[in-house]
Amino acid sequence: MAEKVLMKGNEAIAEAAIRAGCRHYFGYPITPQTEVAAYMAKRMPKIGGCFLQAESEIAAINMVYGVAGAGKRVMTSSSSPGISLKSEGLSYLAGSDLPAFVVNVQRGGPGLGGIQPSQSDYFQATKGGGHGDYKMIVLAPASVQEMASLTIKGFDLADKYRMTAMILADGTMGQMMEPVELGDVEVKEYDKSWAVTGTKCQRPHNIVNSLSLVPEELEQLNFARYERYKAVEENEVMYESYLMDDAEICVVAFGISARVSKNAINEARKQGIKVGMIRPITLWPFPKAPLLAAADHCRTFISVEMNMGQMIEDIELAIRCRRPVTLCNRVGGMIPAPEQVLEAIQKANEGGQA
Amino acid sequence: MMNQILIAGFGGQGVLFAGKFLAYKGLIEGKQVSWLPSYGPEMRGGTANCSVIVGDEPIGSPIVNAPNTLVAMNLPSLQKYENAVVPGGLILVDSTLIAEKVDRTDVTVCYVPATKLANDSGFATLANMILMGKLIKESADMSFDCTEDALKKVIPARKMNLLEVNLKALETGYNYAE
Amino acid sequence: MVVFQKPKSLCDVPLHYCPGCTHGIIHRLVAEAIDELGIEGETIGVAPVGCAVMAYNYFNCDMVEAAHGRAPAVATGIKRADPSKIVFSYQGDGDLASIGTAETVHSATRNENITVIFVNNAIYGMTGGQMAPTTLPGQVTQTSPYGRDVKHCGYPVKISEMLSQLEGPEYIERVAVNNVKNIRNAKKAIKKAFQNQIDGKGFSLIEVISSCPTNWGLSPEKALQWLEENMIPNYPLGVYKDRSAEKEAAAK
Repeated sequence: MAEKVLMKGNEAIAEAAIRAGCRHYFGYPITPQTEVAAYMAKRMPKIGGCFLQAESEIAAINMVYGVAGAGKRVMTSSSSPGISLKSEGLSYLAGSDLPAFVVNVQRGGPGLGGIQPSQSDYFQATKGGGHGDYKMIVLAPASVQEMASLTIKGFDLADKYRMTAMILADGTMGQMMEPVELGDVEVKEYDKSWAVTGTKCQRPHNIVNSLSLVPEELEQLNFARYERYKAVEENEVMYESYLMDDAEICVVAFGISARVSKNAINEARKQGIKVGMIRPITLWPFPKAPLLAAADHCRTFISVEMNMGQMIEDIELAIRCRRPVTLCNRVGGMIPAPEQVLEAIQKANEGGQA
Repeated sequence: MMNQILIAGFGGQGVLFAGKFLAYKGLIEGKQVSWLPSYGPEMRGGTANCSVIVGDEPIGSPIVNAPNTLVAMNLPSLQKYENAVVPGGLILVDSTLIAEKVDRTDVTVCYVPATKLANDSGFATLANMILMGKLIKESADMSFDCTEDALKKVIPARKMNLLEVNLKALETGYNYAE
Repeated sequence: MVVFQKPKSLCDVPLHYCPGCTHGIIHRLVAEAIDELGIEGETIGVAPVGCAVMAYNYFNCDMVEAAHGRAPAVATGIKRADPSKIVFSYQGDGDLASIGTAETVHSATRNENITVIFVNNAIYGMTGGQMAPTTLPGQVTQTSPYGRDVKHCGYPVKISEMLSQLEGPEYIERVAVNNVKNIRNAKKAIKKAFQNQIDGKGFSLIEVISSCPTNWGLSPEKALQWLEENMIPNYPLGVYKDRSAEKEAAAK
């Protein structure tokens, strides 16, 4: 067993990425994710890797596109405003079916917003951000250990499905230190015969491309891509179920909001309130099935989010609007206190049978 | 037992380092720990604080809103967080830098002239560790065990020559009697 | 006896370019250089957004299609992924000198070991003839219908002059493809730009002054004449930077 060390979430991502075989990192400075870049800048030159500070987020994501096209594991990291700039590149990565790994350590928005933690890029991450029909695998860690393990998982999923995997963290997750255990990682090899590695004059040329001017062909490409997305939805949903067996109230929260909610749920349980939590670990694919199953025995749902209620729409769809979903939130860089969540749980409990 | 500690002061006083030391000490002792700094512009000379949680149960929120223990290293920090401390909690005050007294009567307060002690002892920058020594002494669930191991984890390798003075500062605080 | 044939590095497919467009010539020069240097199997090209968007169908080497203006960043990624590969981008003026200015300048200043072929025809061709960053003062386009008014929208961007001021890049040359003599020069420059990369010397950019008969509203022949009379005086041909030659000269 590897030794447990204290690491910042941002550093855990960087170290895990290296262990997952990533040797190329491109980024542009932005708070609160700078530790990822700093870690890479220090480590990459010593292990024969490449750290390059790009001239912009736009350039960085396109360098990622280049390395991904060449068939190697590659990543970039940023925070909300930077991810907006990278969104063009994310769309192109999807359109060219390239695997990439992207980290968003969210801060408050919109616009320049603030630098304190937020979860307000939920829509951007799960519904698009860039143009066109595409999906990214969106992973929401709720501990420093998960910052590491989901990074390793993310690289794997990206290669497996030729998609972008995104870590959707927030300033707290990036900045906090917790014990983390980083063992050796078995790096799986995936077929990348589509990559541009030079023809050696022995095969037809490979083309990495998102342009397709014949509508019938572009339609087929989209259909095929969504077949792959369907496989992701069937096979890769991850969530944590907490005290749900006898729950009558279901809290839904991810990342730091789930951590805060856990405190509140423990306190509510002491007061005899039957409350549990479903914590999506993959935000896309969203854990629809366990939520729908929870609607059988939970009379109400509470979505705890650090945004204006973006995830509520997915919860309502998942439970087919069979139960009310209320919002318990803070925004702008504020984090809900356990007392606020407890109050929401108490209120839901008093509401009685729906 | 869940010890929720808030250490607050000016940037540059070693607030984050002190918190990291406590977190590592807890980790070595086999406890659950988390450490969360304030970040952003306030790191550069403004107020800085960090939340440290050490306990036996898995830690939910890493944010300390209602500390059991507050370490106040400047006046604004004391004023800001004094009333957040839970009844029966502990407040450690660097009385060299904070002339005012704590109004509350439902908490234990220790006034430690940490900055003066540090200056007098020849390790002027270690008021933070003097306060940590006192914190260990005053906390029921803490002992002086594992302090050296924890220091070895938080002091960067190239500064390991400072291990001795850090230990000394911790002892100074631990043995300080008002 | 074969006296003339298609370079191996060009695919045997019809090009989509307009009649009289000089992209065909420039494609051929690039392909000839790749053939002559024997690097086809190791070369990866990056196509732009612009008239040459479908260059990935024309060059026989591995190809990547980049987002508008981002080709130098994409090329940087490919080169960093495997520095033993020969990587080139092929870009127009809107792509390289407007939306992608930052990527151009920064790949040059990093002396990224890539080859950039920059086709300057002073207009946005693919979208139907709008004003480009390199459109000449007074030149009429769809979006400068009264002629480019420099008081309103500024002066043309002179990329070769600009980049030659940087310490980073190895080689910057401006050539033209309006007559046989200039075409031969262009070929020499392009080959040198690839050779520089093989030798590990770094960033080489060849600006190729080119024509756009369709959007200039001229016959192919008239377009070449207009190029000579208007483009070349504004965009003087020549070597703007050659660090190796400068070093050699200094050593003497």
